[in-house]
Amino acid sequence: MTTKPNWRGMTRRQLIARSFAAGTTLIVGAGFVAAPNAAWAYEAAALKPETLATLIRMARDIYPHDHIGDAFYVTAVKGYDTAETAAEIEAGIAALNAAAQGAGHASYLDAAWEDDRVALLRGMEKSAFFQKIRGGLVTGLYNQKELWPLFGYEGESFSQGGYIDRGFDDIDWL
Amino acid sequence: MVAKFDLNDDSVVLIIGTGAGGGVLANELAQKGVKVVALEAGGRYLPEDYINDEWDAFGQLSWLDARTTSGDWRVAQDFSGLPAWIVKAVGGTTIHWAGASLRFRPHEWKARTTYGHVAGANLLDWPIDAEEMAPWYEKAEAKLGVTRTGNFPGLPGNNNYKVLEKGALALGYKEVSTGRMAINSVENDDRPACQQTGFCFQGCKWGAKWSAAYTDIPKGEATGNLEVRSNAQVLRIEHDEKGRVTGALYADKEGNQHFQKARVVCVAGNSIESPRLLLNSASEMFPDGLANSSGQVGRNYMRHVTGSVYGVFEKPVRMWRGTTMAGIVQDEARFDPSRGFVGGYELETLSLGLPFMAAFLDPGGWGRGFTSAMDDYERMAGMWIVGEDMPQETNRITLSSTVKDQYGLPAPNVHFDDHPNDIAMRSHAYRQGEAIYRAAGATRTFPTPPYPSTHNLGTNRMSEHARDGVVNRHGQTHDIANLFISDGSQFTTGAAENPTLTIVALAIRQADHIAAELSRQNL
Repeated sequence: MTTKPNWRGMTRRQLIARSFAAGTTLIVGAGFVAAPNAAWAYEAAALKPETLATLIRMARDIYPHDHIGDAFYVTAVKGYDTAETAAEIEAGIAALNAAAQGAGHASYLDAAWEDDRVALLRGMEKSAFFQKIRGGLVTGLYNQKELWPLFGYEGESFSQGGYIDRGFDDIDWL
Repeated sequence: MVAKFDLNDDSVVLIIGTGAGGGVLANELAQKGVKVVALEAGGRYLPEDYINDEWDAFGQLSWLDARTTSGDWRVAQDFSGLPAWIVKAVGGTTIHWAGASLRFRPHEWKARTTYGHVAGANLLDWPIDAEEMAPWYEKAEAKLGVTRTGNFPGLPGNNNYKVLEKGALALGYKEVSTGRMAINSVENDDRPACQQTGFCFQGCKWGAKWSAAYTDIPKGEATGNLEVRSNAQVLRIEHDEKGRVTGALYADKEGNQHFQKARVVCVAGNSIESPRLLLNSASEMFPDGLANSSGQVGRNYMRHVTGSVYGVFEKPVRMWRGTTMAGIVQDEARFDPSRGFVGGYELETLSLGLPFMAAFLDPGGWGRGFTSAMDDYERMAGMWIVGEDMPQETNRITLSSTVKDQYGLPAPNVHFDDHPNDIAMRSHAYRQGEAIYRAAGATRTFPTPPYPSTHNLGTNRMSEHARDGVVNRHGQTHDIANLFISDGSQFTTGAAENPTLTIVALAIRQADHIAAELSRQNL
């Protein structure tokens, strides 16, 4: 996914050249977050890029699907990257980083093992911030039509005449 | 041809709500020459308007007005502002229903006598029975084109059904079929046969499933005796100094208020809105709300013992393909207290699309335990539990003291605590459902908690006696002769079956009674 035209055609080398604090999962640069393979880049509007990167990581840790690219998680959370919501998100991510530091990590992103990050999330599971992010992901992630085929889900079938001639009863292994 | 009645025409029968109860009653009365005005809070949507997308359809059709919840039921925790998943539209929840059309079993009309005293349960026998209802069920089944009744063949089984059948037969269950469904298995009533499209819950775009929205409502309108006003939210029922109801105040789409006079008022707004309207219509003469001398208005709220079981298999099932609920195991619907509970339950196929599965499989769940299940979505089969829950006086609809709707009226609060019998039944059903899928080869199963209620019942219950019920054997309120209840809130007990067929049968029967009483000048 490339959400801004000016990121198109940028190579991995060019992205890294403009980045800092790359970590291992996302490239975080001045005003942007990008995939390490340059598959997509997202230009932050209101959130700090580090915050956005942490939010994306958090989203994946909440609903981890290893066969689903980060681009879907970016789409799921980018609605929070607005002037209206930025303060709340910055505060929530700051709390997450504080919890990470309390557990001996430099930051949430610095906790390399998913289990360690999930333990931090479990610790704030009841918080309004966590519930807002988790609840938003239920629709923000799983209601992306482009994601459905990756789970085998076919969506509407009316336009194709239903499944009456297209396998409603084609199970063959019972 | 469509009738138009004057607001001051006090000769009309006024029906509030146009779903399985009100929509059918409106048509049945119109067919008999009775002048009817039906007020519907929602808009009018027809098959071409339905959206085969779960969230979009939910936004289009659902009743989303302010509601609150309390009690120990899981829904209050998971969906605190959405106790029920029902429809606000002409045709009501018959747009959303899955079509399962089962008669009550004879003993279920007599729950108090059959089950005996159950501590904490407000059990009561219905004042009517299977024999009395048989001819009305026949009419209802004919109207709805119910498969496996009359000459209608059963629906073919889809993949989800085949998994259920395989496991159920392996466990020794005998009553396993694609069920009795108000979904055309052959062309009928100028509507096509089922095309196995899925999305039964989002409104059938073929019109193969019966819905009042495109059957009874237009048929009633074609008589010239029925006027349906959509986007008309009733606020209050008024009465005269003799205590007879005189009509209803409603708000139109623009929020302008009108008063429709009427000779008879029939309330069919579903088991949350119907008692709410009676309570919101309290007056000096009826300080506890209309028809509430028994104190039972709003009480005995039932929602069926529900829950789902999903199973993951080694190979694809693709449960979403085809008719959502054409699959049933009925062996557990029997009366057999040796299982540790009274009442019985049905197991019916059910599937959710990926978006709703994410919302409902394990509400609040997250992490790999949850996502590994979602990863296996294509290999899942699903079933729904529908069992008889115990009526309890404390499970009830009350008026919120803090939350108001968009008209400034108190919102309804839905309080529900599971009865120990409900919990025992649900546990048994989870075990049996999981055993069925294991027997069919499942590698993982999920006992999924109840969704927001689709079967809302019992809050204006029928009783022989005015002291312990709201309506009599015809749905006529004990207290006010020209006020009727015409929806599932009449239910004395809930039985194990999906309620729509019984609501329809009662509505046909009530229309017969009202028309006869009108002609005898008794109303």
